[in-house]
Amino acid sequence: MSILVDENTRLLVQGITGREGGFHARQAIEYGTRVVAGVTPGKGGEFALGSNAGDGVPVFNTVEEAVAATGANASVIFVPAPFAADAIMEAADAGLPLVVAITEGIPTFDMIRVKRFLAGQKTRLIGPNCPGVISPGKCKVGIMPAHIHKPGYVGVISRSGTLTYEAVGQLTALGIGQSTCVGIGGDPIIGTSFVDVLALMNADPGTQAIVLIGEIGGSAEEEAAAYIREHVRKPVVGFIAGRAAPAGRRMGHAGAIISGGRGTAADKIAALEAAGVMVAQSPALIGEVVAKALAARGAAV
Amino acid sequence: MKIHEYQAKQILARYGVAVPRGEVISRPEEARGVADQLGGGTVVVKAQIHAGGRGKGGGIRLARGPDEAVKIAGQILGMRLVTHQTGPEGRLVRRVLIEEGVEAAREFYLGLVIDRAAGRPVFMASAEGGVEIEAVAAEQPETIRQEAIEPALGLQAFQARKLAFALGLDSSLMPAASQFLLGLYRTFEATDASLVEINPFVLTRDGRLLALDAKMNFDDNALFRHPEIAGLRDPDEEDPLEVKASEYRLNYIRLDGNVGCMVNGAGLAMATMDIIQYAGGRPANFLDIGGGANEDQVRRGFEIILGDPNVRAVLINIFGGIMRCDTVANGVVAAARALGVKVPVVVRLEGTNVDLGRSILNSSGLNFTVATGMKDAAEKVVRLAGR
Repeated sequence: MSILVDENTRLLVQGITGREGGFHARQAIEYGTRVVAGVTPGKGGEFALGSNAGDGVPVFNTVEEAVAATGANASVIFVPAPFAADAIMEAADAGLPLVVAITEGIPTFDMIRVKRFLAGQKTRLIGPNCPGVISPGKCKVGIMPAHIHKPGYVGVISRSGTLTYEAVGQLTALGIGQSTCVGIGGDPIIGTSFVDVLALMNADPGTQAIVLIGEIGGSAEEEAAAYIREHVRKPVVGFIAGRAAPAGRRMGHAGAIISGGRGTAADKIAALEAAGVMVAQSPALIGEVVAKALAARGAAV
Repeated sequence: MKIHEYQAKQILARYGVAVPRGEVISRPEEARGVADQLGGGTVVVKAQIHAGGRGKGGGIRLARGPDEAVKIAGQILGMRLVTHQTGPEGRLVRRVLIEEGVEAAREFYLGLVIDRAAGRPVFMASAEGGVEIEAVAAEQPETIRQEAIEPALGLQAFQARKLAFALGLDSSLMPAASQFLLGLYRTFEATDASLVEINPFVLTRDGRLLALDAKMNFDDNALFRHPEIAGLRDPDEEDPLEVKASEYRLNYIRLDGNVGCMVNGAGLAMATMDIIQYAGGRPANFLDIGGGANEDQVRRGFEIILGDPNVRAVLINIFGGIMRCDTVANGVVAAARALGVKVPVVVRLEGTNVDLGRSILNSSGLNFTVATGMKDAAEKVVRLAGR
């Protein structure tokens, strides 16, 4: 089993005619993901990644049209930052249950308005500023390198991109497969939190252990710790990036900043450990700690 | 992005927020004209740097009349002002703000920030003004009044009144207080600010409500739609290497260690700093060259890192993933050759064609140490930096 995306995902790509969108749509198709439609306003009627219905993906002017014509049930967004908030809202308006926003650099106020727009709707937004979601062997919605993954039973949740690949690479090298890997994004305002994904993985019988990769800034890891303590009985392994980061500086991700003495790695690690999470002290040890956690449980990998 | 106090006050005034009368100058003799215009009485001379704690460091002083204003402006302009936020080297004062002297009857705190968890702006008000809000939040959190703002509608009049009454302001002041608070929120939203802080917000002895100090930070991601604010950036207030990196669109932050590091992706870049520290070394910087890694980015990354004379060794950590390692390796070799890199460089590559990438580095004839895995890379680079 897995969460969010699987064999039944029918993916729509917003921004498929752009360089990034086209490249990653092709990679997704090669992995076996069913990419059923693309949306680029003004290019409706064309085909992307090919020239006809046989070898290409049909492009529509609006998400609504694309959903009606193809039965798409998820969207991935590669639209440039100034227009990305609008694209997310269009996807939600069309009733898509899952929207994954890859775009980096969306203004915070745009995301505040998007969150307000999504309130009460059935759409789940993953991201923005994230690598996306992959259920190894089933479906890839995002920009992660597919070949480092391996189907299995460990769920991975992370605020980062390449650091997630690092962790997944370690797991795969140790023969430990993954059920689903979810990048929730490095921005201060994101659609889906650690807690939301923890709840899904906790309920997923195909996930036997969870890796949570956080970083400095905000309080999402502390909230995750509180949730884990209350609800999660599966082993959870954590890593927090930014122990060596100075206060008051934004470390690349818009959300990675220690402000007013809050959001430090030390606080987050303490909160996770108090909730029973096994925290890897070095980023090179994430895989090994997971192996230990699984061995302690006597779980199969 | 940060701006100066005088710039923040100019922006606030445009949105109907009351600020003291004043003008910014960069030469001492200009103080006389400004002080004369302000009535010839007492004025305040305020150093303009991007750091708090200016008063304690001697950067904010009263001057009784135009002559003294010229004298004090002369003392502050050109000084290296040291505060708890500048570090021991201090910050050169290039401009001072000359403002009307204001007699405060009461001092309050007002702040607007984004509540990340709630995904909406929040207005904070405290009757404990003039002191650091972090200290108030730690010691007397109950004295900070908060109002969450509905983003589609903005701050409502009743919320402004609630905050103003919570500060203990008299009913007769409500119209002025509401105008001030509503103007503050309008500024916050219209400029895509990430922080607006008025500390202190004062009630003067003659019954006026004024922003005696003002701090504004802006969302870097929204600057594309605010060219007038982007133009307020003051490169003199930033580390020169950081300014250069931002011109190359690289995320670079200078630190005080001696191990330079170049990484693709922010999370991995932070983790690389952490593992250098874990291995007993000290990172010289944070540098994220972006999710991909082409020759041009690597070359510019090298330029920036080597611009820091403290760097004794460099760690390149690239998790290419989709990128082919031979491409990255060729980029690293070309960039190192072009720049004549002298310090030892440890390279850790991961991704497609990793063996080919390593052999390109090994046969380049350059001083590369090829590492396998982050732990190996960190231990090697720390050892090389310590020699």
